[in-house]
Amino acid sequence: MSQPVESQVASPQGQRPKRWVYLLPLGLFVVLMVFFFFGLGLNPRLLPSPLIGQPTPEFSLPKLSNPDELFQHTDLKGEVSLLNIWATWCTSCRQEHPVLMKIAESEEVPIYGLYYKDIPAQGVVWLQDYGDPYRENAVDENGKVGIEWGAYGTPETFLIDQKGIIRYKHVGPISWHDWETTLLPMINSLRNNNGV
Amino acid sequence: MAYKIACLCLLLFFVTTSSAEIAGFPFESEAQEQRFRELSAELRCLVCQNQSLADSNAGLAQDLRSELYQQVLGGNSNNQIINFMTDRYGDFILYKPRFATKTLLLWLTPILLFIVGIFCLIRFSKFRNQRQQTQVSEEDLQKIRALLQAEEEKR
Repeated sequence: MSQPVESQVASPQGQRPKRWVYLLPLGLFVVLMVFFFFGLGLNPRLLPSPLIGQPTPEFSLPKLSNPDELFQHTDLKGEVSLLNIWATWCTSCRQEHPVLMKIAESEEVPIYGLYYKDIPAQGVVWLQDYGDPYRENAVDENGKVGIEWGAYGTPETFLIDQKGIIRYKHVGPISWHDWETTLLPMINSLRNNNGV
Repeated sequence: MAYKIACLCLLLFFVTTSSAEIAGFPFESEAQEQRFRELSAELRCLVCQNQSLADSNAGLAQDLRSELYQQVLGGNSNNQIINFMTDRYGDFILYKPRFATKTLLLWLTPILLFIVGIFCLIRFSKFRNQRQQTQVSEEDLQKIRALLQAEEEKR
């Protein structure tokens, strides 16, 4: 007899929240976790370069080997090449150096250097001491050309195609793994595509 | 009174002379200096990522500051300078992200959440009101009273 009274008082016209509403916080939590999982896995030091797909910035700088001669952006045209931004004060460049030497030995691709914010004489000695993987180096003593290339953390390496278009940027030291899995396949595909 | 005015004048003198130069960058006008201040606070140092160009002492920040200084002196507009920076370093150099399709979610999420919040608030308060306004029929009330009375009589 008391049943109908209870039910009428407790549930007014079926306006109780539906069951799935209670699962909402859990659902939101899962979504948040997914975002955190991917977001926190990103390296905030690796910034996408707006230069990819663009022609190399224009520059004209003295060569490290011979300050009377100029190294220009037009020298980067004609074949697939790498441009490596480095300096003797850059410790990660020391770490990267053996890999660059190995790449140079493989003769797969010419490596050019942008010698960034450093004293030319020091760079010459450095290359004599540790070996010279570069075909040529441009000396950017005040870092102006570095800004043109959007350099923010040496070493940085750009992959440039036959037409002088920047195709890829690697920030930080290149490892042999990076070379084998990313750079070399890209270089090969650039060569094949232009060969047609 | 005259003393106070003199003090104020002296203070004003200090204000104008001290702002003629910041950190080795002499400016021709107040407006230029103001622009330099604003822009260097708006642009991010890419080496120490949580500092602006104005705050950072990193080598790159110094270089970018002097680039900024030269462009301000050279009469480039704020837009030209911002474009110069983003063309080379990407949108990351801007502390305040641009309003674009890529950043739509970033800009609109707070507004969206606000609307959702308001909606939830309305729904919730409605639900509560309905519960409070529950009508019990006279018949039911009589039943309840009868039950309560029966309980009392038992005691």
